[in-house]
Amino acid sequence: MRDRTLWTWHIAAGAVILILLGMHMAIMHLNQSLGLFGPEPLAWESVAERATSLFFTVTYVLLLGAALYHGFYGFRNILFELNPGAGLRRTIDVGLSVLGLALFAFGTWAAIAAPGAATMVGG
Amino acid sequence: MAGTPLKTVTFHLRRFEPGKDREPHWEDYAIPLTPGMTVLDGLWKVKELSAPSLAWRSSCRMGICGSCGMLINGRPRLACNTQIAELKSDVVAVGPLPNFDIIKDLVPDLRPMFEAHRELMPYLLRNDAAEQEDPTREYWQSPHELEHYLQFSYCIKCGCCMAACPTVATDPRYSGPMPLGQAHRYDSDSRDAGFGRRREVLSGGSGPWRCHFAGECSQVCPKGVDPAKAIQLMKQDLVLDLLRLRRRRPPAALAEAPHGTMREDIAAAPTRTVTGT
Amino acid sequence: MASRGHPNRLGIWGWVGGGSWGFERYLYTLHRLTGLALLAYFTMHIFVTSTRALGPDSWKQAMDVVSGPLFTLGEFLVFAAFAFHAVNGIRLAIIELGYAVGKPIEPVYPYATSVGRQRRLASAVLMIAAVIAVWGGLDFFVLK
Repeated sequence: MRDRTLWTWHIAAGAVILILLGMHMAIMHLNQSLGLFGPEPLAWESVAERATSLFFTVTYVLLLGAALYHGFYGFRNILFELNPGAGLRRTIDVGLSVLGLALFAFGTWAAIAAPGAATMVGG
Repeated sequence: MAGTPLKTVTFHLRRFEPGKDREPHWEDYAIPLTPGMTVLDGLWKVKELSAPSLAWRSSCRMGICGSCGMLINGRPRLACNTQIAELKSDVVAVGPLPNFDIIKDLVPDLRPMFEAHRELMPYLLRNDAAEQEDPTREYWQSPHELEHYLQFSYCIKCGCCMAACPTVATDPRYSGPMPLGQAHRYDSDSRDAGFGRRREVLSGGSGPWRCHFAGECSQVCPKGVDPAKAIQLMKQDLVLDLLRLRRRRPPAALAEAPHGTMREDIAAAPTRTVTGT
Repeated sequence: MASRGHPNRLGIWGWVGGGSWGFERYLYTLHRLTGLALLAYFTMHIFVTSTRALGPDSWKQAMDVVSGPLFTLGEFLVFAAFAFHAVNGIRLAIIELGYAVGKPIEPVYPYATSVGRQRRLASAVLMIAAVIAVWGGLDFFVLK
């Protein structure tokens, strides 16, 4: 009953994304009306401030993992409903898993290396 | 058919002769419309007046056998249950139910639906084999327990829901609203103990996880079975089962034989007044 | 089981239209479209934002590439897609876990289906998504 487990995690990931991405959208794009991180959240100073915060590092990695899982599971669903053969289904499963893990590893590296880069002056 | 003809309507029919036609094509037939005429009545008129080789399935002509499911003016309906007047059009376009192969004209090949239905074991599964083979008594079931599955038991297996479902449109491995709805009808029947066995069949692409609540199945169901509701309730059951939170109750018990002694003081029957052979 | 007849599946047309009789089908199609759009944007986004790990200069370079009116419009569309996908996602999670669809009832014509039962929820979803999208639009284009 693997599909049932994958689907339940999909819903759980959706709930996590709702909270974390909602927060992210509020900070980054409701910057003028809410100003949670000032009006310029994309300026280097603001980015560096979040990069050195443990809270933001952890939540960014959580959001990355949840969003990659949620998005790739949805994509897998759409592809599977187009009725690929058994071999192609296996390829899609393996391919999407590898791609998802690779993106997660890359994004996690960026989140961990960011505090080091944040101490550089400039921008 | 009773009544004087009101006007002429055009039956725009999807014809396909296997072995002769390469592709289905539309043909127009004009017939007189009489009051109260259903699409099925119209098909009989077309067959009588213009197209003797027209093929379709119908039987009870009263919306209970489920034979005459067709695509009528763009929507899956029962031909016998659809008044021509309710279509509010002078053209009645009738095609075979989509998402099934066409055998001939308006006759779809419903076997994939019935195969999926059979795979989900749409009958009571219990552990008392002796009683199942040789029933002695009925099972206890309260009206409240009946309510849990009664709605889903009204299904007449017409296939309209399968024709409307967007997932059935692309994915032949998906069981479809009718088989899944009927699996839930048995899972929620208090006399049944087959949830575990059906759960195994429901894994993978054939299970309810390909349903995304487009809701079209419930919109077109001619008996109000609401398969969309059945499938969402089934998902709830399966997820609760995954989290080990599903309430497990034993299946309905066998009703006991009546016991006790006959009353002694029952009055004797009155003398017979009707004589003769 | 061999096919006896002429194929008649609707295919992808069945996702989009195929004769639709309730706006829930459009919500389903839009949910898929916004999901795919968000996935595509997100994959690109991981690379763009990873430049912060290489210092302020590479960050500024990346920000320069993704600035300008076309990109701002694109980001607003992503925001609007998120607003719809998230709020409709809440609705789908509630429904697909078996809530807000109603209890099994005796079907009496005209039938009260689960689709009718969740109509108010679906309308609320659309209104909330629209409000959030408009709020974002204000922030993107008006308040500067």
